[in-house]
Amino acid sequence: MEKSVLIAGFGGQGVMSIGKMLGYAASDAGKYASFYPSYGAEQRGGTANCTVIISDEEIGSPAVSKLDMLIAMNQPSFDKFAKKVKKGGSIIVNSSLVTSKVEDPDIEAVYVDANDIANDLGSPKVANIVILGAYIGLSGALSEEDGKAIIKKMLGGKADLLEMNYQAFDKGIQAVK
Amino acid sequence: MEKVYDKVSFTSKTSPTGYCPGCGHGTAHKLFASALEHFNLRDKTVLIYPVGCGGLAMPWINVNVIGAAHGRAGAIATAIKRTNPDNFVISYQGDGDLAAIGTAETIHAANRGENITVIFINNANFGMTGGQMAPTTMLGQTATTAQSGRSLEEHGAPLRMAEMIATLDAPKYVARFALHDAKNILKAQQGIMKAVELQVKGEGYSFVELLSMCPTNWKKSPADCAAYMDEAVLKAFPLGVFKDVK
Amino acid sequence: MSKEFIKGNEAIAEAAVRAGCRFFAGYPITPQNEVPEYLSARLPEVGGHFIQGESEIASVYMVFGVAATGIRSMTSSSGPGFALKAEGISFLAGGQIPAVLVNVSRGGPAIGTIEPAQQDYFSAVHAPAPGGFRCFVLAPQNVQEAADFVYEAFDIADKYRTPVYVLADGMIGNMMEVVELPKMRDLADLPSNDSWRFNKYNDDGTARILSTYMPMGELMQNKNKEMAAMYETWEKEEQRWEEYMIDDAEYIVTAYGSSARIAKSAVKELRAEGIKVGLIRAITLYPFPKDAFDKLDYTKVKKMFCAEMSIPGQYIYDVQNAVLGRSEIIPIQTSGGVIMETDMVVAAVKENL
Repeated sequence: MEKSVLIAGFGGQGVMSIGKMLGYAASDAGKYASFYPSYGAEQRGGTANCTVIISDEEIGSPAVSKLDMLIAMNQPSFDKFAKKVKKGGSIIVNSSLVTSKVEDPDIEAVYVDANDIANDLGSPKVANIVILGAYIGLSGALSEEDGKAIIKKMLGGKADLLEMNYQAFDKGIQAVK
Repeated sequence: MEKVYDKVSFTSKTSPTGYCPGCGHGTAHKLFASALEHFNLRDKTVLIYPVGCGGLAMPWINVNVIGAAHGRAGAIATAIKRTNPDNFVISYQGDGDLAAIGTAETIHAANRGENITVIFINNANFGMTGGQMAPTTMLGQTATTAQSGRSLEEHGAPLRMAEMIATLDAPKYVARFALHDAKNILKAQQGIMKAVELQVKGEGYSFVELLSMCPTNWKKSPADCAAYMDEAVLKAFPLGVFKDVK
Repeated sequence: MSKEFIKGNEAIAEAAVRAGCRFFAGYPITPQNEVPEYLSARLPEVGGHFIQGESEIASVYMVFGVAATGIRSMTSSSGPGFALKAEGISFLAGGQIPAVLVNVSRGGPAIGTIEPAQQDYFSAVHAPAPGGFRCFVLAPQNVQEAADFVYEAFDIADKYRTPVYVLADGMIGNMMEVVELPKMRDLADLPSNDSWRFNKYNDDGTARILSTYMPMGELMQNKNKEMAAMYETWEKEEQRWEEYMIDDAEYIVTAYGSSARIAKSAVKELRAEGIKVGLIRAITLYPFPKDAFDKLDYTKVKKMFCAEMSIPGQYIYDVQNAVLGRSEIIPIQTSGGVIMETDMVVAAVKENL
């Protein structure tokens, strides 16, 4: 089973981090994974996106025509990529920053106030971890344990931040239930 | 009878250097080969030859040689010395090679202070290809591609490589000598000895510019060339040691 | 062996180190920058050397010099950089010096785009510089192969004393995938270079002269013949390709590198709809896998499709030269950084059933 997700937002929103964390987690879980970033000339502040594919078998195209899922971290990303989601697919909308609604009845829409949840937890930086939780909760491509393990691994020595990141992750999962 | 002179042991007893009568390349070869012998470096030597007349002596000198593309000796010397520090690395280049197409490689190797020895033959023209204008062609000097003579307005002034390189922080020894008479040749020999010794001691980059006659392309007899050296060439390219870091 | 989730450019760099590469020189250019960045830190850890050259030109000649002393050496760049390195690659070929060249290719011509493309096919495969020489050219389709091919490229380079060219692209260089990296080679196990490295004297005390200058026509011609014979050996013994579902195929898609993995996804989709389609993926671009096309039963093949991320097409010329008119060949092309999509291949095949 091959599952694709495109994650898009402003540079600095942690779009690439979410993508890489998914890839690392899938790799650790013994699956195939590909992470394909846009690598435009803008180093900071521009729009960024990456496509992640998680699969039980060898991955074909790393940049797919039709997405199983979109994570839209900001309005321009929603506007640009929502139409690439296939029928039966889903969109995680960061409703803190995206005002549009998904109008296609064949696409599952999940609205997560990622930035608001992160701010409530005390750090705007964990908005992407909320989204990571939402993705794992919704897609089933990885287990909750896989997600938490990769958060711990990525934080490395910063153990003091672990609890807040776990909370953010849990909130993300709850948001899609 | 007491033997007062011998050829360098690793140069050919039979084959000539291959240069035109009056050309300075043969003398320059003799000088650096003597320095290699003096410091017992033959077995460690890597000689980097340019594209141009410089490489004509290949069959004459029995040391390991790599033929560089035109202008690239500075890059090749850098990389070989870094990865093979036991090799003695000497690049031998003419003015088209070192000062025109290879200016970037020349300047950057000098600026990094590579532990290499650079011998630069300046004869104020492209010798091998038939006397075209070089960056070192003097104002007023004719060349096949500047038939009315080099002009300041059209071509700019000749590049003084030794002076330029001496402005950089890293080089340890930068000097210019001439090869048109015995007195100057003896001074050049001392300068080359010094440049070779610096690399042996691991002290860094040295650059020796040698003003050389080119009777064929200057269209003068060797004797007239020697006079022209004093009249014109040494005035455009003053001799001296421009940098000597103790 | 453990698997790692690693970026293509870094996998290329680490695979080179593990293959015994101890020298790299290069110059910044997107989309390959992680190769020099990684090696600048990694090579000193294993006793190797990294130099950021003052130009692409200086960099390739640094590799020329060091590789000529028998140290496994590599440079990488992208299309515009390879244009500048071209003369140096000719020196590697003419000097019979083993070295590995990695092109993480982008769209062109000229500055073009930093996005992935397959527009350096001619330059890689049909002699990038004067003299009509060839490089041995390998085309990986994913990060695993990028690592494997770079690793093996050093052995091929040593075996034939030739530059080996790994033609990747910005997609492979910049994506991350799960990869099993090859094992670290012990330098002591590498083939001896004492017979040819120029900075060693011959046993009789005579010097070695590494010069690509051949003053007499006859000598140069003999050298050319020697090289031509080597290329013939490659064409006989070294062709590589992958076949996927071609046994009963009525339609055949051919592609290489990134577009081949995309084409493979398309073949799977088409097969799921019952369309008898197969894939031939060129792995060596030189020697070109002509045999793969020669052994097809053209009475069964209704049409062929050639997918590449290059407009105008380049790979298609070699495909045409292998198919020799035995089938119609329909081009499927994107270019200039536009990634080929599975849908595009699927649609092209369906339109031509």
